[in-house]
Amino acid sequence: MEDIFGQLSQQAINGITIGGVYALIAIGYTMVYGVLSMLNFAHGELYMMGGFTGWWVLQFFSSKHQPVMNAAILISLMILAAMAVSAILGLVIERVAYRPLRKAPRMNLLLSSLGVSIFIQNFILYTQGAKVKVFQVSNLIPEGLRTFHVGDTVISFMRIFVIGVCFVLMLLLTFVIKKTNIGKSIRATAQDIEAAAFMGIDTDRIIVIVFLIGSALGGAAGILVSLLFTQVDYYVGFQAGLKGFTAAVLGGIGSIPGAMAGGLLLGLCEAMAVTFFPSAYKDVVAFIILIAVLIFRPQGLMGEKIREKV
Amino acid sequence: MNAETVLELKNVNACYGKIQVLYNINMTIKKGELICLLGGNASGKSTTLKTILGIVKPSEGAVFLNGENINKRPTDYIIRNGVSIVPENRRIFPRMTVLENLEIGAMHRKDRGQVKQDIESMFELFPILEKRINRQGMVLSGGEQQMLAMARALLSNPAVLLMDEPSMGLSPALVDQQFELIENINKKGTTILMVEQNATMALSIADRGYVLQTGEIVLSDDAKALLDHPGMQKAYLGGEL
Repeated sequence: MEDIFGQLSQQAINGITIGGVYALIAIGYTMVYGVLSMLNFAHGELYMMGGFTGWWVLQFFSSKHQPVMNAAILISLMILAAMAVSAILGLVIERVAYRPLRKAPRMNLLLSSLGVSIFIQNFILYTQGAKVKVFQVSNLIPEGLRTFHVGDTVISFMRIFVIGVCFVLMLLLTFVIKKTNIGKSIRATAQDIEAAAFMGIDTDRIIVIVFLIGSALGGAAGILVSLLFTQVDYYVGFQAGLKGFTAAVLGGIGSIPGAMAGGLLLGLCEAMAVTFFPSAYKDVVAFIILIAVLIFRPQGLMGEKIREKV
Repeated sequence: MNAETVLELKNVNACYGKIQVLYNINMTIKKGELICLLGGNASGKSTTLKTILGIVKPSEGAVFLNGENINKRPTDYIIRNGVSIVPENRRIFPRMTVLENLEIGAMHRKDRGQVKQDIESMFELFPILEKRINRQGMVLSGGEQQMLAMARALLSNPAVLLMDEPSMGLSPALVDQQFELIENINKKGTTILMVEQNATMALSIADRGYVLQTGEIVLSDDAKALLDHPGMQKAYLGGEL
């Protein structure tokens, strides 16, 4: 019995870690859906690019698998670069693949996003190869700090770090959305884009900002997971994108708090499932949740009934 | 152009795709005036407003705001430069509080310090809004939403306030109040261009009026003269003049 409790607390930590990452990805889906009513299926690739960018930075500042600078600075640099590159890529995608289709049926935008996704994936496969890139990060963390023991639960430094960064980013976003003029403009644009323009809000600029924020958070999620599992490859965006999308639907697509709650809940459910079932069933649980939400509560946990936008 | 002119439409034609919907529209709105734009269904009233707001671009002619040709300007620019609108169906932000809706109306103003005071004065004009200050927009009644939409539009300190069917969807008792309010707002110095189906009520408070029929201005005169005009009823109901 005690064994089960030990496992559950261990899995709870794991669940919150991965759930925080899902939440960051889900925010990108939900914000873009909010302003454009479209599902940006290229979002998973921004996550993948975050991982790759981090790896490039790590390579650049390493010599013979040893970092040549302070570890804290290097990790911060990896995260910032990942966010920046993903954000810029998100802007380019919006400008090139979505803006020309702004007035087209949503299906065209959806297909365009799938096209972008396939393009980026294959571009990385072509230029970087199919081999998994390994992060030599164990050297970055001083030995005494690598793991902590709380009772029977073992928590690695990286997990605490990932949870910390995820929550800081989510708090920051919540503050921006609730309190700043940009945040209010984003909410207004998501609720009624024409009425937002009637308030003097430059809605094109807001859409760009939404892509910027969503993509940066997706990139952050990518580098955090890469640091945690110490690897990245060209295909990671697909699975992560699906999970983030599931989390967004679970929370109620269009709702930012919903995406956060949905991500954490999905992460926890997956981790808990591993306690009772073989770990191969982890993804099955995730998608059973997706199907169940779509059948029984299509508006998600915190969303409202979806009205067809005219 | 007269210095007092706030908004002017000069020989404006407008089309939806290949279908022309406005023909040679000429209108001037001077500072402090209350103008109403009348006409039956599909007469071009809403399109005229959309042309002023930059949603529909004139195919010929031009719209001038404070003397500046705004033909090529996007909606948000036009709003930031002095036009404000109480849109049809109010279009308040449903998942924002009353206060947030008001703040967003004033967001583009440069005199930030004055905004708080102006919100207070809106609460004097519409006391019910102060009682609902932390409620979400979507739980307000139709009448309350209308007041919120008006207060929100006024908070942008517009050079000209557009109102699209302000009496629509309101109970008859509220309609009288609504027109009284519009008259009051105008008397306090706000220039208003109002599109209305309720011609008699609108003309009773307006200075001047324009009557549209199938995209053309068929009558324009002082409000009182229009009220007495024999062709008025006929034109308004969609008959030929």
